[in-house]
Amino acid sequence: MRRDPSRRSVGEPGLSPLRAAFVFGALLAVFAVLLARSFYLQSIDREFLQEQGSSRYSRDLEIPAHRGRILDRFGEPLAISTPVKAIWAWPDKLEASPLELKTLAATLELDSGTLASKLSEGQDFVYLKKSVAPEIAAQVAALEIKGVHDDDEYRRYYPSGEVLSHVLGFTGDRDVGLEGIELAQQAWLGGAPGSRRVIINRRGEVVEDVASIRAPQEGHDLALSIDSRLQYIAFRELKAAVETNKARGGGLVMLDTKTGEILALANWPSYNPNNRARVARDRMRNRALTDSFEPGSTLKPFTIAAALESGKVRPASVIDTAPGTLTIGNATIHDAHHEGALTVEQVIQKSSNVGAAKIALSLSPETMWETLSGAGFGTPPKTGFPGEVSGRLRAAKTWRPIEQATMAYGHGISVNLVQLARAYTVFANDGELKPVTLFKASGPVAGRPVLKPETARAVRHMLEMVVGPGGTAPKAQVMSYRVAGKTGTAHKLENGIYVNRYVSSFVGFAPASNPRLLIAVMIDEPSAGQYYGGSVAAPCFASVMGAALRLLGVAPDAPNASVILPPETAEIREET
Amino acid sequence: MTRLNLLLLALSIACALSLVSSRHQARKLFVELEHEQKQTQAYDVEFGQLQLEQSTWAAPGRIDKVAREQLRMQLPGPGRIQVIEGNLR
Repeated sequence: MRRDPSRRSVGEPGLSPLRAAFVFGALLAVFAVLLARSFYLQSIDREFLQEQGSSRYSRDLEIPAHRGRILDRFGEPLAISTPVKAIWAWPDKLEASPLELKTLAATLELDSGTLASKLSEGQDFVYLKKSVAPEIAAQVAALEIKGVHDDDEYRRYYPSGEVLSHVLGFTGDRDVGLEGIELAQQAWLGGAPGSRRVIINRRGEVVEDVASIRAPQEGHDLALSIDSRLQYIAFRELKAAVETNKARGGGLVMLDTKTGEILALANWPSYNPNNRARVARDRMRNRALTDSFEPGSTLKPFTIAAALESGKVRPASVIDTAPGTLTIGNATIHDAHHEGALTVEQVIQKSSNVGAAKIALSLSPETMWETLSGAGFGTPPKTGFPGEVSGRLRAAKTWRPIEQATMAYGHGISVNLVQLARAYTVFANDGELKPVTLFKASGPVAGRPVLKPETARAVRHMLEMVVGPGGTAPKAQVMSYRVAGKTGTAHKLENGIYVNRYVSSFVGFAPASNPRLLIAVMIDEPSAGQYYGGSVAAPCFASVMGAALRLLGVAPDAPNASVILPPETAEIREET
Repeated sequence: MTRLNLLLLALSIACALSLVSSRHQARKLFVELEHEQKQTQAYDVEFGQLQLEQSTWAAPGRIDKVAREQLRMQLPGPGRIQVIEGNLR
């Protein structure tokens, strides 16, 4: 087009080249900015937009993982985790009418005052109530109060309650083990929740799995060696024994003599793990494993076994225990009853301290130490329970004669109840010590030979005499079965002085012809008048043993024998 | 040449459509799968709760009490037990 200079003169503005160049340049600059921005967004700061985009369709979801169950030896559940809700609130975002708050408090079974004070504590975030049943949480959600929310969490339930609480322990926040087996087996039981990224549609449904960020780790189930039926019997009888004897407490351990598995382990006082808000820490201790005591006469069979093993005495050798006292240095050992000349067998049967001390002094400290140590004294029972103690067995070269003599009847040495039970497996298994465990064994368990089979059988015969006529524990008899065992009545040691408070115990096994079950009972400070192991611990032993043998259907080895109890006055007494 | 192109065009359109539909199918199935998995979880939870309930009802303590109090059962005395000898195998 040809421009007409005349029109220009009319005054129409002409496009100056400078102006055109400016406009062109400005447009170019805008494009450059746009290009630069898009380059920046596409290549340098990619994450921002991608995040923004994906936040509109993708979500990271948690994949929940259970804590494993704890089962008894037959698969009965002893601890199960089940989901519950935790109700929480943001106090400053809360919008609720007083009426709504009142309904909320009522639904959660909280005091309206408590609820109000929780909300006015000035925190950003506050738990209103934890471990709420899912149905109640649904009711709370139905109230649709702004600022009140719920979270999934797990709560562990223990159907056996106080019967087995000391063994199982319990879990705390986030279902992490705090005590007992729950603590010791945390790594095996505990699950770790996983997480995955998914695509959701506009209705909030998951339509595609994009990636698994972390695979969930399910907790494993754990089978214990406990038989819950036997556990219940043990708990019931122990509780009854502690209560009738007005004792401070007590413990009972039942072992399978063939495998060393702990079939029952009861403690009293106990607590309910499902509701332990106001339980003193002290009640939660598994005393059978974490406390040690001086065993008293229940140790005598090991002294005798050491002497038999060394060939120093034979079961029929005669020991003169007259006049019922023995003075070593400036200390004197007493018998609770005067017997005169006793055979080695009778020393056990009548539980003579003087007899046991005399036999012990005929041995070298090393010989005695070897037998005691071989039977597992001074070494922890290694049941897999946290905090178990090893008891105390001092090195043989530090023993003075008086110490060796008192050790012969179980003073100056300390044990825990499980250790004591384990040691007796030596007599029940022809000289083999079985390792004890709280976990179910698969297949036969190898023991460690400690005594010659002849020695073990000889001591077993003596232990049977303890329960028979003239022994210290006729009350340990069980109808239709032959029983072998030993009583213990130990003075308690307080601030280095022996006081007239006692630990009564009984350890025994049955059927004596082919032992299947071994039970150790310990009653701490009986104060209802009687305190001899034969009258406090032995009846508890007999009732548990009788019920357990019947329950397991063990063939009676003395079907026609009846229980013969001597008159109360004729009872043979013992001390230590 | 044109006919071949048209044929290819038709084919690719068909392919694209089938992709769309199979994708849709896949998502639908996936939603179903998710749903079923949630069900499984819910059943797991319920199973745990039922197990709890069962072991509460079957607690030895309760059985003991019911046997003694409601059913009036008791341990047989020594005179009422007969042991039968014999080889069970």
